[in-house]
Amino acid sequence: MTHSVLDPAGIQAARIDGLWWLLLGVCTAVYVLVILALARAVFGRRPAGSPERVERRVTIAVTAATATTAAILLALIVASALTSRALASLATDKGLSVELTGHQWWWEVTYEDPTPSRRVTTANELHVPVGVPVLLKLTSRDVIHSFWAPSLHGKTDLIPGLVTTTWIRADRPGVHRGLCAEFCGVQHAHMDFVVVAEPRDRFDAWLARERAPAPEPATDEQARGRDVFLHAPCAMCHAVRGTPAAGTVAPDLTHVASRRTLAAGTLPNGPGALAGWLLDPQRVKPGNHMPPSALSADELTPLLAWLGSLG
Amino acid sequence: MKILVVLALLAAVACEREDRSFRSPPPATGRSPAPTLSALTPGPGPSGAPPGNPYDESAYAVSEGKRLYEWFNCVGCHAHGGGGMGPALIDDQWIYGDAPANIYATIVEGRPNGMPSFRGKIPDDQIWEIVAYVRSLGGLVRGDVASGRDDHLHGKSSEQASPGQPPQQAFVPPASQEQTR
Repeated sequence: MTHSVLDPAGIQAARIDGLWWLLLGVCTAVYVLVILALARAVFGRRPAGSPERVERRVTIAVTAATATTAAILLALIVASALTSRALASLATDKGLSVELTGHQWWWEVTYEDPTPSRRVTTANELHVPVGVPVLLKLTSRDVIHSFWAPSLHGKTDLIPGLVTTTWIRADRPGVHRGLCAEFCGVQHAHMDFVVVAEPRDRFDAWLARERAPAPEPATDEQARGRDVFLHAPCAMCHAVRGTPAAGTVAPDLTHVASRRTLAAGTLPNGPGALAGWLLDPQRVKPGNHMPPSALSADELTPLLAWLGSLG
Repeated sequence: MKILVVLALLAAVACEREDRSFRSPPPATGRSPAPTLSALTPGPGPSGAPPGNPYDESAYAVSEGKRLYEWFNCVGCHAHGGGGMGPALIDDQWIYGDAPANIYATIVEGRPNGMPSFRGKIPDDQIWEIVAYVRSLGGLVRGDVASGRDDHLHGKSSEQASPGQPPQQAFVPPASQEQTR
């Protein structure tokens, strides 16, 4: 999983990376030159000649240094502006458009489609095809969050009541970690997501799988698990397409078993972690909005079996 | 000067941080006791001192109640207190009583003519938070505890939501610029 500004996996991060190295190189060179000049002034011999000549030489040297400094700063401003311009202008007419909504403390990801029934909603996992520009439409349901996938792009804020936009384009396949970069409450530190960049055909297959409603229970136990889910408080907040559960205030669980993590990157996904999370979410992630559930063993096991079947 | 510093430090000791308990008891799914078959009589609640709601004193709990009031779709019928399909909550008319215990019973057991029962659907402490918020709508909790109005309920819309500024796309792709030319 890549998670570094200096390991760009996309064109936007590569541009930021280029500007970063330029700034580092220029600043290092200037620093070394200044230290050398200082050392010469301290340890070097006093310049010979009449005071007027020395004064003239010093004036010329200071003027030249000031002019050079101004020129370097101007050049850096131009480089910075050009990078900003390039970052804002990743253009496409065949790109992908994804809505990303921040919640305390998880990410809602919706793939847009002109047909409402073909929209796909998932959570904490953004899949993108390699080499295709993706327009992200960012907003928030509660407080200000900030989208930051360091290997792909800089930060963009998610602001309630406002839609901000940004572009990303992943240029090599891989799983890139992202996080919330704006303090947003007690569990700000546990608000991660992953960006999965994969070849176009695999991405299309993934999207088609996500678009399908939850599979019908294959066994009696799974069917019982679905009943537990629908009759417990779960269905008040969570949605599972293909069942009556249609809550919109918590992550969509239609294909929860296919995701890599639980609770926005807090736990690796798996039956054990899921059981611990269901029984006492406040121990894993104190202050989050999921209440603990009092499930007996004969309710928990079928529920885990059913949730595990939602691939 | 030293005395002032010492006094300030002493005063700081008096600062009390509100204790927030995140580990609430879970909802009793399907195993809650049978509904209480008390007489459902209109008018004020049962006589005698009704049990208080500790959340009535906590601004945090009231604001949590406000969030849950939206989340669990109380707004669907009661709107933001003004009422609709369900009765208004910002007036002083309480068909089933205004004591915390009455409002709790209304949420847990439901009421005739449309109020559904949320027994086993909402954890107990969250119901008490909603109770505190519902009472704050009717002005029954202290003013400094009650949460403020939502932006969209103010006469003047907030700067952020002011009209005439649709969401702006940071960049228009050159392709569409050429089309408009």
